[in-house]
Amino acid sequence: MTSEVLTIIETDGKVAKGKDPNLSDDQLKELYETMVKARIMDERGLALQRQGRIGFYLQALGQEASHIGSAAALLDSDWLFPAYRQPGIPILRGAPIDQIVCEWFGHEGDPSKGRQMPVHYSLRCINFVSISSPIGTQITHAAGAAMAAKIRKDDTVFMTYFGDGGTSSNDFHAGLNFAAVTKAPCVFICENNQWAISVPSHRQTGSETMAQKAVAYGMPGVRVDGNDILAVYRVCMEAVDRARKGEGPTMVETVTYRMASHSSSDDASRYRDQEEYERWKQRDPIQRFQKYLKRRKVWTEEWQTEIEETYKNELNAAIKRAEAAPKPSIESMFEGVYMNKTQQLAAQQEELLSLEGPEAEDLGEFPL
Amino acid sequence: MAEMTLLGAITDAMATEMRSDDRVVVFGEDVGKKGGVFGTTAGIQDEFGEDRCFDTPLSECGIIGTGIGMALYGLRPIAEIQFLDFIYPAFDQIVSEAAKMRYRSGGEYTCPMVIRSPYGGGIRGGHYHSQSSEAYFCHTPGLKVVIPSTPADAKGLLVSSIRDEDPVMFLEPKRIYRTSKGEVPEGEHVVPLSKGRIVREGTDCTVVAYGSMVGVCEKAADEAEKLGKSIEIVDPRTLVPLDESIILESVKKTGRCVVVYEAPKTCGYGSEIAAIVAERAMEYMEGPIIRVAGFDTPFPYTLENLYMPDVRRVLKGIHSTFTW
Repeated sequence: MTSEVLTIIETDGKVAKGKDPNLSDDQLKELYETMVKARIMDERGLALQRQGRIGFYLQALGQEASHIGSAAALLDSDWLFPAYRQPGIPILRGAPIDQIVCEWFGHEGDPSKGRQMPVHYSLRCINFVSISSPIGTQITHAAGAAMAAKIRKDDTVFMTYFGDGGTSSNDFHAGLNFAAVTKAPCVFICENNQWAISVPSHRQTGSETMAQKAVAYGMPGVRVDGNDILAVYRVCMEAVDRARKGEGPTMVETVTYRMASHSSSDDASRYRDQEEYERWKQRDPIQRFQKYLKRRKVWTEEWQTEIEETYKNELNAAIKRAEAAPKPSIESMFEGVYMNKTQQLAAQQEELLSLEGPEAEDLGEFPL
Repeated sequence: MAEMTLLGAITDAMATEMRSDDRVVVFGEDVGKKGGVFGTTAGIQDEFGEDRCFDTPLSECGIIGTGIGMALYGLRPIAEIQFLDFIYPAFDQIVSEAAKMRYRSGGEYTCPMVIRSPYGGGIRGGHYHSQSSEAYFCHTPGLKVVIPSTPADAKGLLVSSIRDEDPVMFLEPKRIYRTSKGEVPEGEHVVPLSKGRIVREGTDCTVVAYGSMVGVCEKAADEAEKLGKSIEIVDPRTLVPLDESIILESVKKTGRCVVVYEAPKTCGYGSEIAAIVAERAMEYMEGPIIRVAGFDTPFPYTLENLYMPDVRRVLKGIHSTFTW
């Protein structure tokens, strides 16, 4: 066990000797494109919130390498139990853009039918399990699903995400413990972005690192430079391999930085030094990867422009469609609580419908 | 048919379902080799192996959280919580996750799992082995809550709960685990959820009760008969979603209603039944709707028999509907 952090791409884009995972040009391009798209999406999402067009947004600025690099180590058939700060994964896995954007507006086209706040996606089409707001609850779900795969004797791998704050939750303890006891095929990604809203990570734990916690549970804990996509990819590839071979779970701590505020409702300048932000900005994961790609002669100015313009257009068109899409029906509020609508819910629906719409009931005079 | 205890019927229900559906697994604290602290999983691990009946670490949050993960990934988990009093570390998982999974994901992800737990007093268990906490779960949209009062119902309702596509809290009246005995159909036996049962027919007053209170009310009804009053007892069996019509039809017939439950009186599930009767059958009522319940104190140890509704208190409740 070590507090050392694996880095592959230096800040100038050079590669540490012998550590390059040697991805093909196409693989590298896909990762880079996804990072750029995730950032564009985040900028656009926050702008929509600021314009009052959606109610809330939550960015992942600076954490693109961490979540995209880790998810890239999985097969498409593997399952993800995300937190709420991994917007690049749906892009990487090719989720339909309309499903994502309709979710922001809570309009028809949103797979979760307008029932959750923005960015709490459910994307079954890419094995991306419904996100909730309570911290850490997905950790035990991932462990349990991995236990189920083992019982069913299939070789699916499960990856779950949480932050430094998440390591303080009950479910972190229970999830890692259950997975280790049962040797479940699960990879736990702790994105240590240094801040849980306004609380810095050193107020979250007395441990020197988050990764060292894994050792106590009986699984490897690995620290990796979370702003270095090749390092994240390499470490996660090893963890996923271990899981698939039946060697049990791994926890990966990606050391990164939340460059944005916690959410559109937060202002990080009230509790965080600008100087710290500037320091991390020098380590921006997209800039770093771009330097590496320049050295490998994969990146060009024209390609960058093409990615940006194409994606902005796609996104704008999707936003237009989503904004114009209708709100979910009144009936939809009463559906899906259970598989079948209960008598009680049917009666409550009737009660609301009697006051809404063209057939609204006239109460008449109160009897004297 | 075989004569079984309520406890034996629960074991039989699980074994029957596990034989016919290999997705069904049961797990929790001490459920494996020991067969559970009350013995509800006795013999299950021997028959089905450690993959399908296993002990977990001592963490209710972990039992329910991983159970949800198993349900999401296609199993039919039965999670045993050793005593309902110990369920609170899992409350977040039950209320925020299991109950909301179908709704919040627009039906993309569902959570067909059963959470089994013994509840209620009468075993000299003090605060932490006696409480009746059903109301917390009844107040959560997305959960079903089921409480049997006979061996045959225990089997049939548990089978339905395991086959249900939504999360079910299956609460077992541990006080009558072994004292409640009766004929139980062997093999396939299903009692549908959300269907109440008329325990006995009567004409003068309806008593609504579930779990171990049904037996208490039957004795009270015998006493009332001696005093010339004919009592109808209704056991809803499923608290959520409730079979309202069986209760409403009964009170419309009798014009009187007493609701009996072990839990603290204030905001107990019986208050909901009283409210439904008041809202929907007021014009039929010939007396006040009376709640006979546990008191609003923590569950006491030495004085538990005074805390829980007994024949005297139920009789007094029935009396109040005639003498207001």
